[in-house]
Amino acid sequence: MSLAQVEATTESAKVSEEGGSLRRDAWRRLRRDPVALVGFGIIALFVLVAIFAPWIAPYDPADRPGAGIVTPTNIPGPSAEFWFGLDELGRDEFSRVVFGARTSLLVGVVALLLGMAGGLVLGVLAGAFGGKVDTVIMRIVDVMLSIPGLLMAIAIAALLGRSLLSVMIAIAVINIPIFARLLRGQMLAQRESDYVLAATSLGVRRRSIVFGHVLPNSMSPVIVQATLTLATAIIEAAGLSFLGLGSPDPRVPEWGLMLANTQRYLASAPHLAFFPGMAIVIAALGFTLLGERLREALDPKYRR
Amino acid sequence: MPDPAAGHLLDVRDLSVVFTRKGRRDVRAVDGVSFTVDAGETMGLVGESGSGKSVTSLAVMGLLPKRGVQVGGEVHFDGDDLLTLPPERMRDIRGQDIAMVFQDPMSSLNPVVPIGRQVTEVLERHQALKGGAAQAAAGDLLNRVGIPDPTRRLKEYPHQLSGGMRQRALIAMALACRPRLLIADEPTTALDVTIQAQILELLKELVRDSGAALVMITHDLGVIAGLCDTVHVMYGGRVVESAERRELFADPRHPYTGGLLASVPRLDAPRGAPLHPIPGSPTDLLPWAHGCAFAPRCPNRVEPCTESPPALESTGERQLRCYNPLAAAEEVPA
Repeated sequence: MSLAQVEATTESAKVSEEGGSLRRDAWRRLRRDPVALVGFGIIALFVLVAIFAPWIAPYDPADRPGAGIVTPTNIPGPSAEFWFGLDELGRDEFSRVVFGARTSLLVGVVALLLGMAGGLVLGVLAGAFGGKVDTVIMRIVDVMLSIPGLLMAIAIAALLGRSLLSVMIAIAVINIPIFARLLRGQMLAQRESDYVLAATSLGVRRRSIVFGHVLPNSMSPVIVQATLTLATAIIEAAGLSFLGLGSPDPRVPEWGLMLANTQRYLASAPHLAFFPGMAIVIAALGFTLLGERLREALDPKYRR
Repeated sequence: MPDPAAGHLLDVRDLSVVFTRKGRRDVRAVDGVSFTVDAGETMGLVGESGSGKSVTSLAVMGLLPKRGVQVGGEVHFDGDDLLTLPPERMRDIRGQDIAMVFQDPMSSLNPVVPIGRQVTEVLERHQALKGGAAQAAAGDLLNRVGIPDPTRRLKEYPHQLSGGMRQRALIAMALACRPRLLIADEPTTALDVTIQAQILELLKELVRDSGAALVMITHDLGVIAGLCDTVHVMYGGRVVESAERRELFADPRHPYTGGLLASVPRLDAPRGAPLHPIPGSPTDLLPWAHGCAFAPRCPNRVEPCTESPPALESTGERQLRCYNPLAAAEEVPA
């Protein structure tokens, strides 16, 4: 080994040592994990497609380039011109799936952010104060959790009327108790830890202990849950749209609604079910793969 | 010995701690413990696991949980009874006037917060230092406790520091505001022997330089021998013997103290010579209810030991709780 090589290896060793927190450590492990990379790749593709939909899609999703070709008995499948075929109204299926990524991502992310924010507020209140506050909040959470998620989402979406916003709110609401309970449990465990006692013994204020010490240490499982929740949020959004609770606007393509509209043509035009269905599965799979691997990377038990 | 008529820095009177839990019998962890610590004094609190020494320190700091714990007695610090102070006042005192160093440096630092942030947090809380000034002060503190390259270390996370370094960082945090009393709860137990010596030396030096009083809680008589002025030996939640350090080592009177001293392995003992453990272990939840708590394990047990608990009796500087103490040594070597 030449001197330069030795220097190079010691240099790289130093860099990895200087790494930083546990989270950066997990990030390093994640980058070497092929499954996580596949998940990350799918998510990247999904996000890029959603962002650049107008440039990727050959047609406007509301246009009907095949208006003259399509009849109720003849809905052409994939071809060189229309990659995913045409839908029952003669619209380009590929363009609609591409634009559908926008809707799914938007609904998933907004629902997640709303749900997580609500869950974090309740979780922090319960975890930080304990006692009566904790009891009241956790009983509410228990009640919410005792109602099946999709059922509750349907009820909320129906109550708020047909729109994308009500789908987002419905999905957010059913995720609030999940985040609240997760965070509260983490915070209770962290509150008993030695470093909290040590910080208390130095007179650090309760607010600083909750937000500066307990909360940062409780966030790892929340991050994992957020990734997994994106997957279920996409599926739930499609489910609500499929049931006719999503946006009534036919110009906004939504995978769940596309599936619902295709029911009558399932035998004659199976491609109309296949492509949006696959899009839902693959998008959800990406977040699930990354989420699971993230959980392992952040869990000290899997640490080697 | 300072003038006994003068006010003590810390004056603990008849402290008791009872853990109560629904459906369980009460556990009397600390039972009528009294001691004083003067400014600049180093006091040792010795005992085995479960003797109540850590609970005593937590009670003094007001760090015991509110629910399921009954604390009795008085803890006077500089004229205030810490047990009756409002929580906000107590939070001001903690870290500012009284600070504590814990046993396990691995878990006593927050793993996801850089060392520097954890040190500056204390400075910002009590000394109203901000930003660059706090950073500089934190660097000085790390330097003082012997952490090399403090500017770099301040940015690092606890897992990047060795056990000894972490304990140094914790000591830096505890001494950040120049407290008048430092309580060290087995600060070297989790460290290996060479590091133990360094940390003890550091504590000794820092305490001497800052004039702070030190309460050293330990089960290690070696630590006491090298550090403390006075020693209180605890058993089953009560003080069984207390004396000036030299006197206690030369002339242990309580059979438990004698047993502790005899159980220290000696390098100059012949090879193959048996170790001398104290037989049995403390078990009872209310150890002093039916006589002396140490009686079941005591080689000097006599009739009254199992009938009623002995009282703590003072002779000169020494306090002793025993019906049948070990024979006094002929002469205490100076």
